[in-house]
Amino acid sequence: MNYVALKMLFGDRAKYLMLLCGLTFCVMLIVQQGSIFWGLMIWSESGISNLNVQIWVTDPNISQVAEVKPIAPTTVERVRSVPGVEWAVPLYRGVGRARLANGEYHQITLMGLDASTLIGRPAHMEEGRIEDLRTPDAVVVDQWAVERMGGPEVIKVGTIFEINDRKARIVGIAHVQKDFQNIPSVYATFERATAYAPPERRLLSYVLAKARDNEPVEAVTERIAEQTGLGAFTQEEFGWKTIVWVLKNTGIGINFGTTILLGFIVGMAIAGQTFYLFTVENLKQFGALKAMGASTFALARMIILQAFTVGIIGFGIGIGLATLFGTLAASKGQLPFSETWPLLWIVFGSLLAICTFSASISIIKLAKLEPAIVFR
Amino acid sequence: MERDMPTATVHAGEAPEGPPPAVRVRGVVKSFGAGDTKVTVLKGIDLDVRMGELLLLVGESGGGKTTLLSVIAGILDIDAGQLDVLGVPLPQLPGGKKTTFRGRTMGFIFQQFNLLPALTAAENVAVPLLIHGTPKKDAIRRARTMLETVGLGDRTEFVPAKLSGGQQQRVAIARALVSEPRLLICDEPTAALDGENGQKIMAILRDVGRSPGRAVIVVTHDSRIFHFGDRIAELTDGRIVRVHSVPAAHSRGAPGADAASTEPPPAPEESPS
Repeated sequence: MNYVALKMLFGDRAKYLMLLCGLTFCVMLIVQQGSIFWGLMIWSESGISNLNVQIWVTDPNISQVAEVKPIAPTTVERVRSVPGVEWAVPLYRGVGRARLANGEYHQITLMGLDASTLIGRPAHMEEGRIEDLRTPDAVVVDQWAVERMGGPEVIKVGTIFEINDRKARIVGIAHVQKDFQNIPSVYATFERATAYAPPERRLLSYVLAKARDNEPVEAVTERIAEQTGLGAFTQEEFGWKTIVWVLKNTGIGINFGTTILLGFIVGMAIAGQTFYLFTVENLKQFGALKAMGASTFALARMIILQAFTVGIIGFGIGIGLATLFGTLAASKGQLPFSETWPLLWIVFGSLLAICTFSASISIIKLAKLEPAIVFR
Repeated sequence: MERDMPTATVHAGEAPEGPPPAVRVRGVVKSFGAGDTKVTVLKGIDLDVRMGELLLLVGESGGGKTTLLSVIAGILDIDAGQLDVLGVPLPQLPGGKKTTFRGRTMGFIFQQFNLLPALTAAENVAVPLLIHGTPKKDAIRRARTMLETVGLGDRTEFVPAKLSGGQQQRVAIARALVSEPRLLICDEPTAALDGENGQKIMAILRDVGRSPGRAVIVVTHDSRIFHFGDRIAELTDGRIVRVHSVPAAHSRGAPGADAASTEPPPAPEESPS
C-alpha cells in the first residue's frame, strides 16, 4: 500500500507542490533565522573566543565580556599563586579613539596583551607578524578595522595613526571573528595599551589563566574564585554568560524567537491545512479502500508515509535553500550565519512535529470515516 | 440449479429450499440517531440472496436500499436481527476481522466508481490485492488479466481521467472481481452511465452472477436493467414489500434479452405474505 500512498501523494501535483512549498518555506525560514541568530550569538562572544584561553578572571559581578570592570593589578600574582594554575597573564580591554592621518576618528576596542607571551593573540594573521607588537609604537589591527576605517589603501601595514593622541604604527593585520558591536579591534602589548588608555587607578581588565595539564579546568576555575574572591570562569562559561546577557538585554532573542516561532506556526498551519484538505478530498477514495478491506491502521500508515515523505523532501530543499542563502549572503562574514548540526536536528525535530500534527488530524478524520460514505 | 427454480411465493424475501444462501437476513433493524431524532431505516428485513444469482434491490429513494447494502457488507452494524453472509454471522465478528472478511470475500462497485485518480487502470484494479499483501508485480499482472477480461486490455496504463464513464465502471468491475470475491455488492452501477454503457456493465455483472459459488446484489433505480436480474427485491419504507423472479427469457440472455435490451421490467410474480 506504500506504493498506492506515494502515487496518491505525487499524483495530486497541485496539492503536493503546495504542501512541499509550505514545508520548504517553514524549514528554510527556521534554518535561515536560526543560523543568523546563532551567528549573532557567536559574534557576541567573539571577544572571548578570539582570545582562546581556558580561564578568565575578573570582577565577580561582571555580566559580559565587553563590560569591563577593572581589577587590582596584584590580581595576576594572586591567580598565579592558586594551586593548579600553570600560568596567568594580564589583559587590558577598553574602548579607545583612533585618529587617522586624514583626520577621521574611529572608535576601537583596544586589547593589551602580555608582552612576553602575547597570550590572547589572534590565531590568524593576514599580514605581518604578531611578534612585531614588541617593537616601538606597534599595534596590530583586525581585518574589520581595514574595512571600517577606510579600506586597504588607508589601513595597511606601516600606517601610522593616533590612539588617544598617542602614536600607533600598524605592524600586522589579524583575521578574527567579527565583534557583535562591529567595532574594530586594535592589539598592543599590555604596557602600551594601558599607556594609550585614559589614566585611571586600575587598568587591569582580566587575568587570563591556564590550568595545569593534570588539573581539571573547572576545578582550577572554582579554586581561583574561592581563593581570590574574584569571578573566575571557563571560556565556555564566560561565553554563555555573555550570550545570556545579550539575550536578556537586547531584543535579539525575542525578535528571532518570534520569527522562528512564526515560521514553525505558518509551516504547521500550511502543512496541516493542506494535508487535511488532501485527505478530505480523497475521503471517498479512502472510504473505498476501507470498504475493500483496508484497515484504519493501514490507511493511517499511508497518511503517515505521505506526510513524512513530503516532510523529508521539504526538509532537504529547505536546508538546501537556507545553505545557499548562507553561502551567498554570509560568505564574507558580513552577515552572521552559523548553520550548525544541532540547529539542523532541532529543525528536523520541528518538521517531524509538523508532519505528525498534519498526519494526526487527517488520521482522526479517517478513523471516524464510515466506509458507508462510498454508497452515498 | 437454484437459478432455474420456478417462481413461487416466498415469505418476506426468504429463498425457497435449496443450498444455503449467500446472504441470509432475518428481522434486521437499523436505526440512526437517538431520542426524538431517531430514525429507523430498516424495520425488520427478511431477505435471502442465493448463490449463483443476481439480485436487484429496488425501491424508492430513502427506502433503505443503501443502508441494507452497507449492513450486508458489514460496513454498518445492525441494531437487531440476524445476518449471515456466506455462512458467517457477520455482526458477531469483531471490527478488524469483519474488515478482513469483507476484503477477502466481497467486491464492491460504486455509483461514482471511486477510482484513485492518480493510479492507472491496472494499478486501481490491483488495489484490493495490494491491501491483502499481494506483491505489487503479481498484483499488477493479475490486474492486467482482469482488465482484459472486461475488455480493457488496451487501457491498462490509462489514468481514470483518460477513460470514459463506461470504461471507468469496467475498471471498477475489474477491481471488484480481481480478488475473486464470492459476493459482489453494487450500488447503482449504471447510474452515472448512458443507456448503452449501462447495458454492457450489467451484462458483465450478469455473467459474474452466473459463475458458480458467487452472488451479486445490485441496488438500482434504473428500470432498463431490471431484466438482467434473477430476482428483484423491492424495498419500501424499510421493509421488503415484494420479491419476484424475473422470467428466464428475460434474465438469462435469451434472444431479446441481451445487453442492448431496454424492455420494461417484468411484472411481479412473487410477493411477501
